[in-house]
Amino acid sequence: MKELLEDLRQGVRDLCATFPATYWRTLDHERQYPAAFVQAMTRAGYLAALIPEEYGGSGLGITEASVILEEVNRAGGNAAACHAQMYTMGTVLRHGSAQQKQWLLPAVAQGELRLQAFGVTEPGAGSDTTHLETTARRKDDGYLIRGQKIFISRVQHSDYLLLLARTTPIAEVTRRSQGLSVFLVNLHEAIGHGLTVAPIDTMMNHETNALFFDDVWVPEQNLIGQEGEGFRYILDGMNAERILIAGECIGDGEFFIEKATRYAKDRVVFDRPIGQNQGVQFPIARAYAQIRAADLMRFESAHRFDQGQSCGEEANLAKLLAADASWEAANVAIQVHGGYGFAADYDIERKFRETRLFQVAPISTNLILAYVAEHVLGLPRSY
Amino acid sequence: MKILVMVKQVPDTATRIRVAEGNASIVTDGIKWVINPYDEFAIEEALRIKERLGGEVVVVSAGPQRVEEAIRQTLAMGADRGVHIKTDEALDSHVVAQALAAVARAENFDLILTGKQAVDDDAAQVGPLVAVFLDVPQVTVVLKLEVDAEHQRLVAERELEGSIEVVELPYPAVITAQRGLNEPRYPTLPNIMKAKKKEVRVESLQALGIVPNVKVRTVSLSEPPERPAAKILTGDPVAAAHQLVELLHAEAKVI
Ligand SMILES: Cc1cc2nc3c(=O)[nH]c(=O)nc-3n(C[C@H](O)[C@H](O)[C@H](O)COP(=O)(O)OP(=O)(O)OC[C@H]3O[C@@H](n4cnc5c(N)ncnc54)[C@H](O)[C@@H]3O)c2cc1C
Repeated sequence: MKELLEDLRQGVRDLCATFPATYWRTLDHERQYPAAFVQAMTRAGYLAALIPEEYGGSGLGITEASVILEEVNRAGGNAAACHAQMYTMGTVLRHGSAQQKQWLLPAVAQGELRLQAFGVTEPGAGSDTTHLETTARRKDDGYLIRGQKIFISRVQHSDYLLLLARTTPIAEVTRRSQGLSVFLVNLHEAIGHGLTVAPIDTMMNHETNALFFDDVWVPEQNLIGQEGEGFRYILDGMNAERILIAGECIGDGEFFIEKATRYAKDRVVFDRPIGQNQGVQFPIARAYAQIRAADLMRFESAHRFDQGQSCGEEANLAKLLAADASWEAANVAIQVHGGYGFAADYDIERKFRETRLFQVAPISTNLILAYVAEHVLGLPRSY
Repeated sequence: MKILVMVKQVPDTATRIRVAEGNASIVTDGIKWVINPYDEFAIEEALRIKERLGGEVVVVSAGPQRVEEAIRQTLAMGADRGVHIKTDEALDSHVVAQALAAVARAENFDLILTGKQAVDDDAAQVGPLVAVFLDVPQVTVVLKLEVDAEHQRLVAERELEGSIEVVELPYPAVITAQRGLNEPRYPTLPNIMKAKKKEVRVESLQALGIVPNVKVRTVSLSEPPERPAAKILTGDPVAAAHQLVELLHAEAKVI
């Protein structure tokens, strides 16, 4: 087990070594999608890690998957470009029909089908998911989708979109979490036939978009599971996502600490390495301690997940601690680098921008705290 | 094609080497061990030949316990099985080549590949010695290799200073790889998983009938002298140029 993780780490490092910092820097500058990197990760089978062997994947657990993503970020890359290809299929795997699994999973495992767009957030429903207003109503053996989504990533590099939409109006359900359904939307068919994609320029190189659905027709067989049960299906995948994101944060943290430590040893000011000053070395040591602590929670949550035990608390804590630790490490790294931390050629400012996202997406820190307060500590629900 | 690839585990070239106390060895603590980069070209070539013509790729390496990791890495790249000649002794190229040749002799290989040299001691001895012990032809520093399975012949292009020599030879033979022969692959996840189940047979020098009669002994190791700080000439370009010529003549004694 330990040995497999070591081999995985080595394997991902070898792959990442062929995509040096200049690769990521140039893409960042041009706001281009890392197509070659994602293709290499796909070909090498890493993005099929979670798909069961019977469907052509490697049947590995969340532990291994989170380590794969950790190594990508540790090497200076950005796993956000491809992580969703790893886990979006989970909803189909757990709730799809035998037929849906049969056509979709092997194709995802082979990389012939990219299922890495996931549409939940709306302008009127961010943290407040169940408030979403995009509707799907029955029409000719299918559904007509109408509404708007925002911040939907990788749409232009995906073949299918997993979409959450309302099939029963809020007024007709007892709880808001009811009446939502999950659909597989064929993006090639939808774009230009009711679906408009408008890219959003963001602070980092992250392909994300506003989507406008103007009666996009989706066939009935693309409904996942039962109509009206969609929210539960999406929630089901959240713990996995939290743990994987924690892995990416830890990778970022390791990147920052390795960079900061090396720089602190090499940079000589006042005739001595800056790392000889406690004011410089203590923050690095503290950031290191926080990453290590978050790492333990990551492995604890991943272990519980892989054993089939409940892990809502641990997965949320892992994401919270890891995102905080990576942000702390980013701050330390940029400070240790002085002015050079702001120069693109040092890669610190790029990773600094990238790791900041984890405080907000896929779930913001406050919402995790609200979850812990309510579900772990038994305090009154605050949202 | 049944192919044997001989690999050596060496310190990562980025490692800062330090001489251990006694001046006879290096400090191994904290060293990151990797597959000798030239041997990676040999593995890649073997895998490509196998993909084209079928057959088997076997990897052999001699050294202590840690060497198993290097063998596992080649299995993850796609090699079929490994042989680990396990020994903690400090050997010279001659003994290592004898041991490797013994492994090669025990099974009939069509082709034996290795790197042109190992980047730790840069001796470039093992490939040629194995060819001599096995009494088969060899081509070293190979940039391009073609296999004609029908006629059991190889065409190898080897690097000479400023030119390319094309050699045609029958096989079995020993080929040593130069940078440029190919671009080594990285392991894929399915192969990493499969590597766990592949066989790595452990051999000992004794079982191979090798008496380690070491002919080369390391007398002493020393670190290269520290380079003095560079002199930077500033100021008026004409004066600086005069000063540079003067320094090149009087101090560096190159003009
Ligand atoms: C680059 C990027 C990529 C994204 N990719 C995707 C994607 O692929 N698919 C997708 O569906 N979504 C995606 N998102 C959306 C992301 O999940 C949301 O931005 C996130 O869930 C927060 O929602 P919001 O932006 O509407 O913030 P809001 O919900 O408006 O919240 C704003 C702020 O208020 C705080 N807040 C809100 N309510 C409370 C409360 N009750 N108590 C305390 N604090 C509160 C929040 O924590 C937050 O800090 C992406 C976002 C970004 C920036």
